[in-house]
Amino acid sequence: MTRHRGRGMASINYPIGMNLGGDPSQALVHSNPSGKFTVALSSIDLGQGMKSVTRQICAETLGVPVEDVYVDTADSDTGPHCMGSFASRGTHRVGNAVMAAAREARGVMMEAAAEELEVNAADLETDGRGNIHVRGAPHRSISTKDVAIAAQFKQGKTISGRGIFLVPLSNVDPETGEMSPATCYAHACLVAEVEVDDETGEVAMVRMDSAYELGRALNPRLVEQQLVGGAWMGVSHALYETPEPYYPDPVHGPRDFVEYLMPGPGDICPHDIAVLERPAPDGPFGAKGPGEMCANPVLPAVANAIFNAVGVRIDDLPITPEKVLRAIKAQGGARPQARR
Amino acid sequence: MPTTPLQFRHNGRDVAIFVDGGTNLLVALRELIGDMTPKFGCGQGGCGACSVLVDGELHLSCLTLAETVAGRSIETLDGMKQGPNLHPLQRAFADNFAAQCGYCTPGMLMAAKALLDRNPAPTRDEVIEAISGNICRCTGYEPIINAILAAASGRVSA
Repeated sequence: MTRHRGRGMASINYPIGMNLGGDPSQALVHSNPSGKFTVALSSIDLGQGMKSVTRQICAETLGVPVEDVYVDTADSDTGPHCMGSFASRGTHRVGNAVMAAAREARGVMMEAAAEELEVNAADLETDGRGNIHVRGAPHRSISTKDVAIAAQFKQGKTISGRGIFLVPLSNVDPETGEMSPATCYAHACLVAEVEVDDETGEVAMVRMDSAYELGRALNPRLVEQQLVGGAWMGVSHALYETPEPYYPDPVHGPRDFVEYLMPGPGDICPHDIAVLERPAPDGPFGAKGPGEMCANPVLPAVANAIFNAVGVRIDDLPITPEKVLRAIKAQGGARPQARR
Repeated sequence: MPTTPLQFRHNGRDVAIFVDGGTNLLVALRELIGDMTPKFGCGQGGCGACSVLVDGELHLSCLTLAETVAGRSIETLDGMKQGPNLHPLQRAFADNFAAQCGYCTPGMLMAAKALLDRNPAPTRDEVIEAISGNICRCTGYEPIINAILAAASGRVSA
């Protein structure tokens, strides 16, 4: 009969990547005769922007325009090895591998340029616009394209680099079981406000406010995009999605997108996000990564908000209207908690 | 062998194909014409990924029998570009980061075009209503709604 407002919060420590087998990713960078660079990866861009970010990392490390870098993730059979795109590891693990590969390729490129300009490679610098010149003497310059052509057709060199990122093995303490599963952690806090209908058990999102500390945001728009979208995956896990509503009994499982519920455009609410950038010492240009973390704090925050609204504590996901209603009935009605 | 001849306009061009009695428009477009922009999501009208315009009206091509569009005009995302230039809606989607994996994007763009063609200055609620038959898994809809509003008010990059 009444719609009750409630507010809940949750904060998380989120490990970037994992430790199994050192969690390695490899990258290969090479220049084509055109002076453009190709990054070969087996890592997959799922739409989160990993190709964009590794492209930026490679261009920045090489000292060439971002337009001159192409990231090829075509084939995990023939590409350098990668553990995969999961555990928020893409930017950190793959980014570090790309950085190492680009650094090695840059060394070869500078040596090849030094040979053409007849100077010491240590005296050369890149201008980030596709040229290499003698420090303090910009007219003593050669384009990366001409360096690539000279390396390929005159010097007989490949301008290329190899990179791998491998996490140092963390031994398990036999007494305590203690180990260090990750090398860096991202952090987040999210406040969710919901409205719970005590007649139908339905939960509507009213607003979200969050703060994310994720190292340096290498591409702030992509970070924002992931945080905005990922929060709704979190809401979806919290309130809607389940393949087996009566698990372990598989009956009444959804068969299509009409029964397997997800938020629609009419279900969304305002979400104010603050991104705090604290560069990670072992991240590429200080990056950790938003990744899965953008969905994680939403679930406990929503569960807490429901408790705050009607006084029922649901610890079984998703928090469907049926579960909310049964819990409200079991306690003899809604019991709104003190508003914080 | 399909035996039923079928003619319609596809993005301003006349096309003629042979279909089976039960062929749906999505299969006709993708497999017989080679226009891969309408996507197969669920095949039963639950997701909107296959949305196309039939005589300017939004339709789920997976639920539309191909034979029913004889003589009618079909628009898909493939025909949205104006010459070499992206349609303002496409530009606005790019400007606003309204796509991540991109699978819902063709359907979203067609739903948005159907809206703006009949209502060039929609409210936010009208935008939400217009895309309410389309599921997006990645974006949380907010960037898509913003993109459509930006396109409607001419706030798009050159």
